[in-house]
Amino acid sequence: MRDKNTIIKNGLTHLFLIADSVVLVFPFIWMLSGGFKDSLEVVKMPPQLLPSHWNFDNFRQIEKFFPVYRFLLNSVGVAIVTTFLQLLICAMAAYVFAKISFKGRHAVFIVFLTTMMIPAQVTLVPLFILFSQTNLIDTYAGLILPGIFSAYGTFLLRQNIMTIPNELLEAAFMDGASYYRVFWKVILPLIKPTLAALIIFAFMSSWNSFLWPLIATNSKELMTLPLGLSKLQGKWSTEWNLLMAGNVISFVPIFVVYLFAQRYFIKGMTMTGIK
Amino acid sequence: MAAFVFLLPALLGLIAFQLLPMVSSIFISFSDWDLLSKWTQIHFIGWDNYAEVFNNEKSYTSIKNVFIFLVGYMPIITMLGIFFAVVLNRNIRGIKFYRAAVFVPVITSWVAVSIVWRWLLNGQSGMINYLLSLVGIQGPIWLQDDHWAMVAIIAVTIWKDIGFVSIILLAGLQDISEDYYEAANLDGASAWNKLWRITIPLLSPTLFFIITISLINSFQVFDQVLIMTNGGPAGATSTIVEQVYRNAFQFNKMGFAAAQSWVLFVIIFSVTMVMQWLQRRWVVYER
Repeated sequence: MRDKNTIIKNGLTHLFLIADSVVLVFPFIWMLSGGFKDSLEVVKMPPQLLPSHWNFDNFRQIEKFFPVYRFLLNSVGVAIVTTFLQLLICAMAAYVFAKISFKGRHAVFIVFLTTMMIPAQVTLVPLFILFSQTNLIDTYAGLILPGIFSAYGTFLLRQNIMTIPNELLEAAFMDGASYYRVFWKVILPLIKPTLAALIIFAFMSSWNSFLWPLIATNSKELMTLPLGLSKLQGKWSTEWNLLMAGNVISFVPIFVVYLFAQRYFIKGMTMTGIK
Repeated sequence: MAAFVFLLPALLGLIAFQLLPMVSSIFISFSDWDLLSKWTQIHFIGWDNYAEVFNNEKSYTSIKNVFIFLVGYMPIITMLGIFFAVVLNRNIRGIKFYRAAVFVPVITSWVAVSIVWRWLLNGQSGMINYLLSLVGIQGPIWLQDDHWAMVAIIAVTIWKDIGFVSIILLAGLQDISEDYYEAANLDGASAWNKLWRITIPLLSPTLFFIITISLINSFQVFDQVLIMTNGGPAGATSTIVEQVYRNAFQFNKMGFAAAQSWVLFVIIFSVTMVMQWLQRRWVVYER
């Protein structure tokens, strides 16, 4: 009797999970298939799941009007530089907040935590003004700079570094290691799992970021993919095959990263509570 | 000395990109600065911008819309999230695949997601209306329809966020000790009782956390609105952040935009405080 119940229960669970996976994943399959259809087939009714002919021409055609591969390179470059600098700056500050005490450290840390409360929109207007006064609008530096400081990252790494026993650090200092050496050789290797999650997380945030690039760039040469895609849509509001081809270019890289580093994505989000 | 060197970059960033902009944002919000005139000629106009936030029709509508969004979004995502988390917590074959699948919309950019959904929701060539037509329903023109546009924005946002919410809740579920359920089974408790007497109370810290986060995110809805409807039709989906963006960067009304962003901050701050207060009263921490 109990076995029969379990079978029914498992069956229902599978049924529900298959249904929800279809709802959540189908739009991506539709996007991929649409990116390879021609302009007639893409609006055909009744719709056809897969293109009758896999047409790569869309990817050449969008490039004629928009430097999408340049957008791709910009996105990759900006995301990598942002991630690297953010992690380095956060980890350095976290080391101080966790292990190097000085007078007033607590007060500085409190100020750091307080800024986590302020939504980014509050600083948006003055930040734009600051960047335009210093001629950083429409430069890579302007695109990258605001993303390399993260109070969240600093906080999480500090919590992690606090768990490292002081004896371990003291032993290294006894051996004549400098602060820099301890940081590189003792601290960083010990917080690798948290770092990995934060790396993935910082990369994804930068890759998907839209509002700041929208404000900080004017010229096509500097646009990242999300911004470029929104411009693509401004030009072709209903040429779905071309729009989907653009989407495919932005979706595939982050999806591949996700396939290989899935647990770090999940860890990063459950740790920070941000998506 | 070492402390200073290690802290310097973060400190510079804090001052230049957080504190300085915050302080100047307060000043700007009391001025009618339009970006074109010089800094030195900034002209202060008292609380006018703040009064305008509630008197200006577009601005007021955007605040109202965000609350409409909340009313639709919060209950559904919370209940659906609990349900998903409970189901995803079951140890059955293929569970890894299912867990991976719910997360795909979360990792994708809002821009890409919005463009795909604009197509799916298109009145003529959209898949949604095609599927509805199969069961004999003539679908609306969703994103161009005064009433359906907000419904569509809410639904797509739930679709994108459900993986995030359920994965956080799943992590909370996995922290609950099996012992409670075993004891309940010995007492012959029903599944329903176990859900309300064990799962929900012990999940409540995580629930409060995710509800607070979702509330904060809801007040900041922007990307999907700008791409899918551009705030339309006739302001039906316009949001606070969308208005901040438009006033600052399309109309050069820097002072007004800054005031709107501070009102947004006050709303978010108050909601967070209320949630904290509720949490102290209701959440079960004993394990």
